[in-house]
Amino acid sequence: MTAETIIQSLASGLLMGLLYGLIAVGLALIFGLMDVVNFAHGEFLMIAMYATFFLFAFFALDPLLSAPLVAAALFLFGAVVYLLVVRFAVRAKANAGMVQIFSTFGLAIVMRGFAQFFFTPDYRSVTHSWLGGKTVSIAGIFLPVPQLVGALVSIAAFVALYFFINRTDFGRALEATREDAGAVALVGIDKNRVFALGWGLGAALVGLAGAIMAIFFYIYPDVGAWHWAASAACSVRLPAASSSVWSKPPPH
Amino acid sequence: MDTSFAQRRRRDLIVAVCLAAIAALVPLFVKDVYVQNIMVLTLMYAALSQSWNILSGYCGQISLGHALYFGLGAYTTALLFTKFGVLPWFGMLGGGLISAAIAMALGYPCFRLRGHYFVIATIVIAEIALLLFQNWDWAGAALGIDIPIRRDSWLTFQFTRSKLPYFYFALVLACVAWLVTWWLEDSKWGYWWRAVKDNPDAAESLGVVVFNSKMGAAAVSAFLTAVGGSFYAQFVSYIDPESVMGFQFSLLMALPAVLGGIGTLWGPVLGAVILIPLTELTRSFIGGSGRGVDLIVYGALIVLISLARPEGLVGLFSRRRKGAVR
Repeated sequence: MTAETIIQSLASGLLMGLLYGLIAVGLALIFGLMDVVNFAHGEFLMIAMYATFFLFAFFALDPLLSAPLVAAALFLFGAVVYLLVVRFAVRAKANAGMVQIFSTFGLAIVMRGFAQFFFTPDYRSVTHSWLGGKTVSIAGIFLPVPQLVGALVSIAAFVALYFFINRTDFGRALEATREDAGAVALVGIDKNRVFALGWGLGAALVGLAGAIMAIFFYIYPDVGAWHWAASAACSVRLPAASSSVWSKPPPH
Repeated sequence: MDTSFAQRRRRDLIVAVCLAAIAALVPLFVKDVYVQNIMVLTLMYAALSQSWNILSGYCGQISLGHALYFGLGAYTTALLFTKFGVLPWFGMLGGGLISAAIAMALGYPCFRLRGHYFVIATIVIAEIALLLFQNWDWAGAALGIDIPIRRDSWLTFQFTRSKLPYFYFALVLACVAWLVTWWLEDSKWGYWWRAVKDNPDAAESLGVVVFNSKMGAAAVSAFLTAVGGSFYAQFVSYIDPESVMGFQFSLLMALPAVLGGIGTLWGPVLGAVILIPLTELTRSFIGGSGRGVDLIVYGALIVLISLARPEGLVGLFSRRRKGAVR
């Protein structure tokens, strides 16, 4: 193995890793916020990819242009999922952890079922786009342009998220709710609204990742199947374990 | 309190014996092979879910990777039989022991994790095992193993003409799993497990060796699950990694217990009796289109039940009973 091969694989891995990071950061946001692992996160990715595909197929919209639209749509979807499902799951008195796991799991299965029903199990792909299939070569290292743009978008999203959480009122409300949902209610912040927005934000991030992945990946109902979620969930462990999220006692 | 608990246990045992006797008589009246097939699967999942319930329900260590032990049981039996001519009965025992050993080896690092982290670890480990088996040429890789049909006999545990022997074995398996749980419920281990589930720190401070009790639960649970896997390999006589180690098995083992009532004696049985026929029927009546309607119904059911009855359907019975006493 030459040095070039090593650098090449490192570069490819890094680009893909950043995109995975974009998927995972949505998951980590929700997990850090309310200790709920969204097992349907992979399915969020799947519908984002389908949304991108259909915008391309019907309106000839390039994935880069549809990315903000898809992210906005996913934001609404995430908030609705919180309000319709997760809000009730976190209320469970008995077997709380179990209920959270199985309600989001059930949701994943339903979403996959609907995708299969409406979109059929056929593999789809965005056949031509501005970036698809292009590569750039830097000092003998070949980098696929879609992944490169994906990595840049991910970095931009991370930075934006950082400033959003640390510098805006909503971001501070999010952090405060994470630390003590009870005390937050006392100062007049609606916990449900913060959680719904948190879910929306998490879903919007995965929507962004899905739109970019649609450029170079096949789209089918199982694409988001749990291994996406699992690989993302693994990456959640690093940031989440280093913060104090897990060491605090479970909320009552 | 003690006496009422003892009374309840005695009543449970009597009810179980009656139910088993009734179940044993059912095939005399039901000759339809399709229905018999569903009954075999129901009993098998009742047993599997009961074993899952030991680790995840009683001890509170939610595992979504039990397909690993199921697959190990199936593979040990099938490999020993096809490669070395070892009878499935020894394979069943061997698979159980191997699974128990592996469960403890994996538990050693994993039981240090709590909550979601443990769940995620179990999923990932089972998926790694699935990939290993898919690429292990000696074990048939992704093509799997075709168990050769010799002749119908209890010795090789193969029956091509009738489902009844499988039915009775599955019934025995379900009864054994139930009895083990019933016995453990009132043993030292059972009390430890419930203490560990409710509050590991308090349990530790009272002298329960949390780590060891988790290891015990994992070993028993994995052993019984692997025996179920061995049975399944003999029942379908063809196994491949995806069909015995796939993630859906981990889910299918957990669901009856969740539906019926996790950490309860009757939960897995009740859940399996409702869920498995429902799964099979939705699959054959509306799943045939290949368009995933069965998935929608199934998934929606999981969401609704977990939200509406977090304590499981068993709660319906005990509440009524309590009300009657008052």
